[in-house]
Amino acid sequence: MIVATHPHTHETAQPQEHEHVALPQHRHHFETEEQQREAGTFGMWLFLLTEIMFFGGLFFSYLLYRNWYYDAFVVASNQLSVPLGGTNTAVLITSGFCMALAVWAAEVRKKGLLVITLILTILFGCVFIGIKADEYHEKWEMHHIPGDHFDVAQFVNPHAYGLKEEPLPPDQAAHTQIFFSLYFLMTGLHALHMMIGLVILFWLLWRANRGDFTSGYVAPIENFALYWHFVDIVWLFLFPLLYLINRHPV
Amino acid sequence: MTEQHDASNVTNPEHAAHHIVTPVTYTIVFVTLLIFTGLTVIAAYVDMGIFNPVVALAIASIKAVIVILFFMHVKYQSRLIKMTVAAGFFTFAALITMTLSDYISRAWGLW
Repeated sequence: MIVATHPHTHETAQPQEHEHVALPQHRHHFETEEQQREAGTFGMWLFLLTEIMFFGGLFFSYLLYRNWYYDAFVVASNQLSVPLGGTNTAVLITSGFCMALAVWAAEVRKKGLLVITLILTILFGCVFIGIKADEYHEKWEMHHIPGDHFDVAQFVNPHAYGLKEEPLPPDQAAHTQIFFSLYFLMTGLHALHMMIGLVILFWLLWRANRGDFTSGYVAPIENFALYWHFVDIVWLFLFPLLYLINRHPV
Repeated sequence: MTEQHDASNVTNPEHAAHHIVTPVTYTIVFVTLLIFTGLTVIAAYVDMGIFNPVVALAIASIKAVIVILFFMHVKYQSRLIKMTVAAGFFTFAALITMTLSDYISRAWGLW
């Protein structure tokens, strides 16, 4: 037998007898909107913690192989472009800043500003992916993508390519493939997260433009912002670890 | 079964009020993050021996903490959220340490 513990649902509740009935998105199993909001934030953080573990395995592989094949990691890392990587870091921070402003715009119920900041977030996100694609293309042309066509020539004979690095013995040079494997895995997984984020951003933009998030219902914007900032944080670690291992060869 | 309504969070004050972070704070955080990005690039070109990766990771960690506290609002959240976030990073650190200790102790002295 089903016992009704709630005498009425929110649809039939009257504000005077049910004082926390305020917004249509407020679910009846939450006492207050604050409680509902906190439950959402809590859930989002639990998801982000699984993401930390997800990326964590790759960060650990990086740590281990960097210690084992340090020389190979240094020369391979020096093949990455610091200007491009640095620019991308700034672009990503700017995108995160725009997303933070979007949360504020939704909280103070400014629809126009919310739409603009979401568009800017998307724009900077796309610039990041564009620069990343350019870097990947350069690696493709240099035969620095691990596999059958990987070319160690630059690492066994750097002086012929105008590089100041010390030449590596062929067996050591082969280990640069491990660096590039981790580089493509980590930045690729990061870029995949960005692309998923961009798809969600377009959906949020469409809903924001409809006015969904500027009447007191901020949760989707807020929780997506958590995801977007998390992806930023991953990059904040990837940039120094992959691009800046040893930029001062003696 | 009695129903308890606690609309004002009297019995459970841990439901922190919704704190709106202002654009001024966001701008300060944004500029700070850009400065630290510049710093990490500069630091990479300075030969500090074994301290290069330490400094790089320290700067990245400072940036991450700033993002978590302000962009991700953890500074203004309830203790439940703060605890959740801290527990996650602690678990991650514990997993790294335990796995590393295995690798280090297996080839003792050979690394």
